[in-house]
Amino acid sequence: MNDLADGYVTADGRQIGPVVMEMKNITLRFGGVEAIKDISFDIRQGEIRAIIGPNGAGKSSMLNVISGFYVPQDGEVWYQGSRRPPMKPYEVAQQGIARTFQNIALFEGMTVLDNVMTGRLTNMKTGMLWQSIWKGKAEREETENREVAEKIIDFLEIQAIRKTPVSRLSYGLKKRVELARALAAEPSILLLDEPMAGMNVEEKEDMSRFILDVNDEFGTTIALIEHDMGVVMDLSDRVVVMDYGKKIGDGTPHEVRNNQDVIDAYLGVAHD
Amino acid sequence: MAYTLVSADGPQSVPALLHRNAKQFANAPAYREKEYGIWQSWTWAQTREEVEALALGLLELGANEGDFIAISGRNRPYLYWAMMAAEMIGAIPVPLYQDANAEEMAYVLDHCGARFVVAGDQEQVDKVLEVQDQLTKFERIIYLDPRGLRKYDHTALDQYSALQDTGRKNRDLHINELEARQAKLNYDSIGVMLYTSGTTGKPKGVVLSNRNIIETAKSSSEFDKLRHTDNILAYLPMAWVGDFIFSVGQALWTGFCTNCPESADTMHVDLREIGPTYYFAPPRVFETQLTNVMIRMEDASRFKKWLFDKFMAHARKVGPDILDGRPVGTLDRAKYALGELMIYGPLKNTLGLSRVRVGYTAGEAIGPEIFDFYRSLGINLKQLYGQTEATVFITAQPDGQVRSDTVGVACPGVELKIADNGEVFYRSPGVFVEYYKNPESTADTKDAEGWVATGDAGFVEQSTGHLRIIDRAKDVGHMVDGSLFAPKYVENKLKFFPNILEVVVFGNGLDACTAFINIDLTAVGNWAERNNIGYASYQELARHPQVMDTIQGHVEAVNASIAEDEMLSGCQVHRFVVLHKELDADDGELTRTRKVRRKIIAEKFADIISALYDGSASVSTVTEVTYEDGRKGSIAATLEVRDAKVFADTRKMAAE
Repeated sequence: MNDLADGYVTADGRQIGPVVMEMKNITLRFGGVEAIKDISFDIRQGEIRAIIGPNGAGKSSMLNVISGFYVPQDGEVWYQGSRRPPMKPYEVAQQGIARTFQNIALFEGMTVLDNVMTGRLTNMKTGMLWQSIWKGKAEREETENREVAEKIIDFLEIQAIRKTPVSRLSYGLKKRVELARALAAEPSILLLDEPMAGMNVEEKEDMSRFILDVNDEFGTTIALIEHDMGVVMDLSDRVVVMDYGKKIGDGTPHEVRNNQDVIDAYLGVAHD
Repeated sequence: MAYTLVSADGPQSVPALLHRNAKQFANAPAYREKEYGIWQSWTWAQTREEVEALALGLLELGANEGDFIAISGRNRPYLYWAMMAAEMIGAIPVPLYQDANAEEMAYVLDHCGARFVVAGDQEQVDKVLEVQDQLTKFERIIYLDPRGLRKYDHTALDQYSALQDTGRKNRDLHINELEARQAKLNYDSIGVMLYTSGTTGKPKGVVLSNRNIIETAKSSSEFDKLRHTDNILAYLPMAWVGDFIFSVGQALWTGFCTNCPESADTMHVDLREIGPTYYFAPPRVFETQLTNVMIRMEDASRFKKWLFDKFMAHARKVGPDILDGRPVGTLDRAKYALGELMIYGPLKNTLGLSRVRVGYTAGEAIGPEIFDFYRSLGINLKQLYGQTEATVFITAQPDGQVRSDTVGVACPGVELKIADNGEVFYRSPGVFVEYYKNPESTADTKDAEGWVATGDAGFVEQSTGHLRIIDRAKDVGHMVDGSLFAPKYVENKLKFFPNILEVVVFGNGLDACTAFINIDLTAVGNWAERNNIGYASYQELARHPQVMDTIQGHVEAVNASIAEDEMLSGCQVHRFVVLHKELDADDGELTRTRKVRRKIIAEKFADIISALYDGSASVSTVTEVTYEDGRKGSIAATLEVRDAKVFADTRKMAAE
């Protein structure tokens, strides 16, 4: 059983809403390789949904399907009650889906603040011409966007590095800046691709707290890929387990932990 | 200097001063805080409105006159207003050290019986909730930053801004009561209660009256000619008397602007942006800044390094004289002006000290080199000597009479007296009312005539009238051969070396002095980097043979200098260890203001001390440590005990 009823309230008092995104029988092929085979699952409003699996299981491909970067050969993506036609990633972003990347993709030469401001791009309405004149509406818009960016900088406690070029930051901080940029778009769904890879315990604790706080304060729905089992089990409300492109488990952390297929995939049995 | 009491019809309370400023300096900035990347500011008129709204909100909650309201968090305008609001309703504000752990907080909250706590953020709220069962009088928490608190049970929680809104909404209901309560405040009513950091035993609550606060603020502001256009940066703990007097007392008296940094990490950037004209920092801060400058200069190009060294040498020669207005040759002045353009000015700007007109350091002895460095740059850095019990000011250095080895002359209105055992006593309008619920200690410290024992030993220089402090009176002892033992004197000399962060000297009643030493990880770490020495932790670096050699060199240099002092030549350090952990307030080894707790250290490291005296070459030990989140762990280490060369008293030798 992997279904939570609408209005389900978690142990820490968060309310989980209706399904906002549904993946129906997704299949993704690269030439002859089937990266994702007939996978279906849903994401509910306000939940933290984890996708886990061994290396090469197709987790990142799945996230790329959600973010619109890959278009699956078969299957449907339903978002907010309607079927989503194939889209460009920026169109997906405009729909309120933001993401971070496994291998950090920031503008290294720009400051933290500027990087976070780029996250506001989808919210800017004035054109390039008006922005270059930078009067009236364009100026007002910039001020508003800066305000949002600053609130996020405050929220993620990166004020001290606001004006520091990203290239000078540690790995853990870069990850946090990436999260800040994704949040700057004020997304309704946030996709995190291995937000804690390569971090030490302390950095992981910090990042976990920020993810929970984001979910708590902004009510953002979060879908994340993570390798650290402890983190996944503590953070997420529901977990999808993938192995070799197939879904082998789906449910609450407790259910998944006791699922024989999942145990086999992680501890290793011979594959046919 | 003529000293006059505030006239009887002048403002007689902190809220009265606020009302005066709201009229007199209505549109001048009173408080600023950097938030969301921008300096937000409030004028005096706005400040009064904010404070009044909170005071009305507190009345709505049923706060009574004489209630204690605790305040805990980093320096923020809102928390300063909370103190003023408490005073407005006749309650007593009690600022707490924000980094105190839950147990320490529980002691203070229970001791004063605080009914309300104003907490800065979730961390502070959590600490109070953790210990609330031990508190009998505690009722509600008013919190500032709502982050993470949304899901908390709000039956005993109020958000600061919501409480202000309630206050504004029900203004008509409570305004008469509020005015009546303010009218009752006078010079003798209590203005604030501050807990001493407790170098020995439990913290004591020092009760200060409006008289203490206002008289001190007035005389010290006049002493340094503070103006309402001055700016200060409020970054030191709110529970410390100095911060209260600077950011509330003097700020209200002169009407200058108090600036709060965005966060502890951004302090230096904020300092540069504000460019305070009136600045206070403990010696440690100046020391760290100087160390950082020197480290960065090591990495600079050779030409820049040469230029820096050249001009700094010139600054050391004439800088202090120019600052003190003594005669200096034209050529030297011209060279100094060139240096100002090329080195001193940009350096001061980097340090954020370009505009400092009055700078103070206190709390510990400052190294003469460090002190002279800042003064030679043209920064008017001075020393003062004070205590919570004196509402800060006992002595201070007047402009033009600044030296690194004295703490200055008695402040206006302060009388000094040296007892037979060398202990310094003072009497002033700033002398505290009492220790809360502790009449015995009050009687021990303050006699019937109002003289207060400082607990420090010192003497007044006949020629200049300047006070010099040697050590804590109770720490001054004697060695077996009867010679004087003044540990702090030796420790300070050692701490003046940038490589040494902390020292504890033992030897009272013994035949020789020995020392525990903590290396400074920044300075020694940088040295290690430049010399290709790899290390993984403080512990590993601390026991590196070359580090030990360097420290031994420092100890011997100090021994040589102590040998020249007739009275204290017995205090030379015979043996020492470099400790395997940094002394830390979380482990109870230092106070929250980072003063050494000798007794606790002596008990905790008894095995190492015995090794220092039994002649062994090394000692193995296991030490319990407490992490910031309260968990405990332990560190095991084998420490090398080194012998240092000691010197015969050169003067005695010559006499024989």
